[in-house]
Amino acid sequence: MTTLVEPSIEVPAPAKPSLLARWRNRRSADPTPVWLTVVGTFVALYLVLPTLIVIPMSFSEATTFVFPPRGHSLWLYRNFFTNDRWLDSLRNSFIVAACAASIATIVGTSAALGLHQLRGRRSARFMQSALMFPILVPSIVIATAVYISFLRWHLVGTLAGYVLAHAALATPFVLATVTSALGTFDPTYLRASASLGASPWRSFLTVTLPLISRGVATGAVLAFVTSFDEVVIALFIRSPRFQTLPVQMYNSVVVEIDPTIAASSSLIVVTVSLIFLVALLVNSRRTSRPGSANNRRSVVRRTR
Amino acid sequence: MMTSRPRWLPHPGWLLLIPAVALLGGILGVPLWQSFWRSIGSGDWTLEHYSALFTDGVTLKVLARTGQAAAVVTIVTLLLGYPYAYLMTRVGPLWRSVLVVMVLMPFWTSALARNFGWLILLYDNGLVQRFIALFGFDDVVLYGTAQGVTLAMSQVLLPFMVLPLFSALGGIDRRLLLAARSLGSPPLVAFWKVYFPLSRGGVVAGCILTFTLACGFYVTPALIGSPRESLIAQLLGQRTTQLLDFAGAGALGTLVLVVTLVLVWWANRMGGSMATIGAVAGQTGTRR
Repeated sequence: MTTLVEPSIEVPAPAKPSLLARWRNRRSADPTPVWLTVVGTFVALYLVLPTLIVIPMSFSEATTFVFPPRGHSLWLYRNFFTNDRWLDSLRNSFIVAACAASIATIVGTSAALGLHQLRGRRSARFMQSALMFPILVPSIVIATAVYISFLRWHLVGTLAGYVLAHAALATPFVLATVTSALGTFDPTYLRASASLGASPWRSFLTVTLPLISRGVATGAVLAFVTSFDEVVIALFIRSPRFQTLPVQMYNSVVVEIDPTIAASSSLIVVTVSLIFLVALLVNSRRTSRPGSANNRRSVVRRTR
Repeated sequence: MMTSRPRWLPHPGWLLLIPAVALLGGILGVPLWQSFWRSIGSGDWTLEHYSALFTDGVTLKVLARTGQAAAVVTIVTLLLGYPYAYLMTRVGPLWRSVLVVMVLMPFWTSALARNFGWLILLYDNGLVQRFIALFGFDDVVLYGTAQGVTLAMSQVLLPFMVLPLFSALGGIDRRLLLAARSLGSPPLVAFWKVYFPLSRGGVVAGCILTFTLACGFYVTPALIGSPRESLIAQLLGQRTTQLLDFAGAGALGTLVLVVTLVLVWWANRMGGSMATIGAVAGQTGTRR
């Protein structure tokens, strides 16, 4: 049951493992009531529908946002892939996300290793919470503060400004995933490799890194998606010269009524869902490895 | 690790923290500090920008509206999330995975794509309006109203309610409920007197979390709500980019930040929901 999306909170004791047991449960004195299933289905639809509805909309022929879509057409997609403004913002988003994710992955992994070496100290626990701070602060507070300071530093509307802000935002996510991967890392490996004459750097590359690679990779993907999807800061530090895809999508609703957003939304929804489903499958196939579920739980315990 | 180092030298682990501290401190910490510094008059030690928040007649009204909206969202997510989390504890592993994937759906879909989806659903004569009309309410306006914003915000925040609840409900021994039933208690009474009190930690943690996050929403009210009913985040944005009242924005931002941190600290004490944020954040993202 180790999947990427499983909540790493205390998972309740595994219940009813088989169809047979579920069938028995239905006949038992404690059946799952029908109304509960109905309410659950309703809530599940509520969770999923707003996301899925953009897909049929993207094939509409109409120039308005009215549902149900009229006709079948690919003109919105053609619009997306031929309009310079959409293409530029897509390219900008890719560049920003790639740079920000690279920086965040290196910085976050380094910090996780440092905290791992310092574990058990009170100051290290304080540092861990301090570095998680950006997750808790409302984006709008960060965005307005960053905007005013960036004005003075001449970073508004620049690639560097976007990359730095997004890298800072994404670092806590990498820190979290790598810390959890380090939860089951056995430090005696390092002593063994050192006793065999390996330098600390070589030990890191050949021993530590392969063992925490999944945490690093998960963190990198999360950092990329965080940056690619970030709206609020991007809205504040945009300029006519440089803006990212979420900003262009925002404009297409607020400023110009441009239905191309339907095509762009569908592309993002499908791409990101595929990334997550692949990660899910890869993770669940490797459940037998001394893997993530346990270290995640240990992280949870430590952060409490 | 193997070599001994002089006592005055810091542990080498600290060196690895330097890049993270520099990045987060420089890019987020310094702007937040400067914003606070401006709010107290850049060294003049004045509280006029803070007192202005309470006397300008707008901020307090918007604050009250934000608190009310966040409270409604919290109640809606609790009413929808509790049965959902309960169902998650009752089904087999396969269906539980399906339910988990569905509850995390609002997380991993792009904020703009999701808000655009809501826009389509909430338009006049849209799907939601026609669905509500089935029950006889055919004059409900959702686009550009607080109700529409509540509906959209509740969907995004449901995971933050469901996950702490699931964690709390999963730990409850159902046999207690059966025992109460066997002693002659009607199902609802058994639930209210036995099951619900045991789940209170999760309920409180989920409610505080949801409330806190709801207070900071910017994009959803801006896209779906009406400018006349703006929430605190929009006021903060407006003060920064349109009125260029940087000191006032700093004071308002500091206020929002302090309230958020107090609520998070409280949630943390009420049931370890920092862990839930960290866990959820570790898998997806919370930036909306």
